[in-house]
Amino acid sequence: MRNRVLLCALVLLSAPFAGGAREALPVGQDPVIERRMMELSKELRCLVCQNETLADSRADLAGDLRQEIRELMQQGKSDEEVKRYLVARYGDFVLYHPPLKAKTWLLWFGPALLLLGGLTALYAVLLRRRKLLAEEPLTSDQEQRALALLSADEGQS
Amino acid sequence: MLRTLRFLIPLAAFLVLSGFLMKGLWLDPHLVPSPLIDKPAPPFRLTQVAEPDKTIGRDDLLGKVWLLNVWSSWCVACREEHPVLVDFSRTGIVPIYGLDYKDTRVEALKTLDRMGNPYQASLFDPDGRVGIDYGVTGVPETYLIDKSGTIRFKQTGPITPEILHGKILPLIRKLNA
Amino acid sequence: MIAELGHFSLMIALAVALVLGTLPIIGAARGNSAWMALARPAARVMFVLVLVAAFCLVASFVRDDFSVAYVATNSTRALPLRYKIAAFWGGHEGSMLLWLLILSFWMLAVSLFSRHLPPQMVARILGVMGLIGVGFLLFILLTSSPFERLIPAPDEGRDLNPLLQDLGMVAHPPMLYMGYVGFSVAFAFAIAALLGGNLDATWARWSRPWTTVAWSFLTLGICLGSAWAYYTLGWGGWWFWDPVENASFMPWLAGTALMHSLAVTEKRGGFKVWTVLLAIFAFSLSLLGTFLVRSGVLTSVHAFANDPRRGVFILLFLAVVIGGSLALFAWRAPKVGLGERFELVSRETMLLTNNVLFLSAAGSVLLGTLYPLFLDALGLDKISVGAPYFDAVFVPLMTPALFLMGIGPLARWKQANLPEIGVRLKWAFAVSLITALLLPLALGRWSGLAAFGLWLALWIIASTSVNLWSRLRPLADPGVFARLRSLPRGYLGMLTAHVGVAVFIIGVTLVKTYETEKDVQMDIGDTVAIGPYTFRFDGVTTGNRENYLYARGLFGVSRNGRFAATMTPEKRQFMSQQGQPSTVAAINRGFTRDLYLALGEAVGEKSSAWIVRVYYKPFVEWIWGGCVVMAFGGVLALSDRRYRLATSSRPALEPTLSAAAPA
Repeated sequence: MRNRVLLCALVLLSAPFAGGAREALPVGQDPVIERRMMELSKELRCLVCQNETLADSRADLAGDLRQEIRELMQQGKSDEEVKRYLVARYGDFVLYHPPLKAKTWLLWFGPALLLLGGLTALYAVLLRRRKLLAEEPLTSDQEQRALALLSADEGQS
Repeated sequence: MLRTLRFLIPLAAFLVLSGFLMKGLWLDPHLVPSPLIDKPAPPFRLTQVAEPDKTIGRDDLLGKVWLLNVWSSWCVACREEHPVLVDFSRTGIVPIYGLDYKDTRVEALKTLDRMGNPYQASLFDPDGRVGIDYGVTGVPETYLIDKSGTIRFKQTGPITPEILHGKILPLIRKLNA
Repeated sequence: MIAELGHFSLMIALAVALVLGTLPIIGAARGNSAWMALARPAARVMFVLVLVAAFCLVASFVRDDFSVAYVATNSTRALPLRYKIAAFWGGHEGSMLLWLLILSFWMLAVSLFSRHLPPQMVARILGVMGLIGVGFLLFILLTSSPFERLIPAPDEGRDLNPLLQDLGMVAHPPMLYMGYVGFSVAFAFAIAALLGGNLDATWARWSRPWTTVAWSFLTLGICLGSAWAYYTLGWGGWWFWDPVENASFMPWLAGTALMHSLAVTEKRGGFKVWTVLLAIFAFSLSLLGTFLVRSGVLTSVHAFANDPRRGVFILLFLAVVIGGSLALFAWRAPKVGLGERFELVSRETMLLTNNVLFLSAAGSVLLGTLYPLFLDALGLDKISVGAPYFDAVFVPLMTPALFLMGIGPLARWKQANLPEIGVRLKWAFAVSLITALLLPLALGRWSGLAAFGLWLALWIIASTSVNLWSRLRPLADPGVFARLRSLPRGYLGMLTAHVGVAVFIIGVTLVKTYETEKDVQMDIGDTVAIGPYTFRFDGVTTGNRENYLYARGLFGVSRNGRFAATMTPEKRQFMSQQGQPSTVAAINRGFTRDLYLALGEAVGEKSSAWIVRVYYKPFVEWIWGGCVVMAFGGVLALSDRRYRLATSSRPALEPTLSAAAPA
């Protein structure tokens, strides 16, 4: 039984290699640079199809820019230098990760401010509320009802 | 009083937001402004479309105000713009140089033959490298470059007579003064 | 003829909506019961009229009536019938009619399920919804009618956008709108309460089921959109923080906060003012989203044809509805009294902290989406805000909320005992932490981020289990299922929804950490391996179907040498479109992983090779599975006994003198 299984496995395993097939070629010469380029391109905006990243876009310009990035990386440029290169030509628009500048302080610090502001407001409101509710005396109606309830209770126990 | 004012904060915030949204209706989110305005025009040295053995470089054009028009034989919108440029070139106010972007010489020359040639010369940029240096995102685009080789104006999209007379000509006059 | 009938029906609907939006509301203010009684029948008539209009539009599509401009732009003779019907909402004008149809549907639902509400409330609620309907009807009739004629009628239409010719795309808009538009009910309840001045716990109890059902629909709608993008856009992404995705996500975040806030208001009568404001926010964000998609103000995948004139109209409508409701709020809210008291550490406080977190998240998404517009409007340069920003900002905001999800349900109302909770949860904490630290190793590669995500998810599951166990144990019924059935559905729904969130997080964490991708060129017979799987390219066949040509790749997939699957990704060139063909990825779905295959381009005419993208995506289906579980939790909560009892008004909650037991 085991031999039969092994035989089947051998036949099946050899099937992909029948007909002289090979392992598929990766696109792009250097896989390390290719990966770096794709990772960086995911953070860049395509200028033609503006709702796609440079990595995903099929536009001609996107292909050209990806090639440009490949070549820059092959020349030894770092990710930062590649970004600077592109920003010098296309402006901050090309970066999906907005740079931290005076113009974008509100953008980057906004969420933390919202959270802190919200928590502070919540805390302040809760404290104020507790004080207000503690100070609220019973109205005469409520006082009468309370007394009635208490005496009914006493009567029963 | 202060307590009541607090309740107006959401309304106030909304009104501010609406102001921005209203302004936004007349802006074009697709338009990418050029970071090269008031910066030196990137250097290049390219062969000419008509004469492949002759080159032109950026520095050859110092000392005069000139227009760089990015065009291509496959560009549909360029056909709108071309007559405007041809007419303008006849006035001789400023020289117009073409940047033939991602094109073939054969098609480019055919197009110029058919539609007229407003250019002193057209530079041949088959792989779009110079286009990338200039931040070209599509065709047509036009740059106005001054005597010192600094880019002063960029038009994304075709040049219409309104843009020519309203924006480009006044700037040329100022730069030539 | 039919198109004119549809148009006419809308005009009558406008008249009815005008009546509905005025008389009942005035009647409620004056105590005029005849006018108030108009509300229900008017709402039902309006629904019928809008339904007639919808039928007319669908009929025009089915009959290939290309003299109707909208049909000519969105259909062809060869379009399959199901897409002719779905083309109804394929373009701007039709999608507005869909909005209106779903609004009328919700109005019908309110008119049918509101027997227990006092007549003034019903009058005001339906009146407010009628006014919203007036706005949409005016918008459609004046700027975006799907019934415009095109003379002379073309012989053939321009076809529905190929991206929309797909089952996912058919289901996504109606589901999404059911959610989006469903928040109008909670909104109308809030306005009705402000108008009537009777903002109390009963109002919260009435609002809650409507909010929950809208939220469930919205959850499913967003889930469908994401699942559709996953298989249609060709590179396996499922969320891009695209402006239109954000436009649907913000109401979801606000809606989640609203559901939790309603719990406080219903149980303890507290924070009524805040809950009302949240109800206004949630629907305002829905309307804002509708505006953003259609006005041309933002660039997006979804953007419909842009027209500043339409944008102005919607903006004015927004200003009236949102501005008006916020003004009403500013006027009426200060008069509302405080609810019950509760300590700083209590379930109420935790639910409100949930609110702060979710609203900060919604605010951050709004900030990021609109920031480029802000800078541009101020003339300060054009920037892009994309996934890197939102990922960086959203996750830290949500983490505390996820942690609280384990503690909150165990906290007592009014006064919670943190040390006691700590004791009850210490094992859950330890087990979830240790498992989370070890699991990544089992999956192949340790990763701090994966461990963190897994810990949060496991924490939620573990603490939810502790909670459930403590409720099941003291029950007398034999057997687990009998005991489960006896627990309140609202409670079970909450637990289910929280578990759904945990499932979602597991999916997101694992797929983001462990997915692998290979971009390769394959000739016939070539293989490529990812993980235990080997993909063999067996060639491409071409052909044509109803309205497109296709190229279909054939791939054999084996796992550890044994045959696993055949996968057939396609490229489709629709005959009505020039330009890029659409990609239809082949996805082999599994409980623990998806195999994803997309054809790129053919290498050349002389070669039989193709560029192919292969992905291995572990646990990606848990993302949508989690959303479905969340939505199911919502539906479960809705079926709670207290909503099914058709009692006429129950008394408002009286303050109790004893400490409340955990609900």
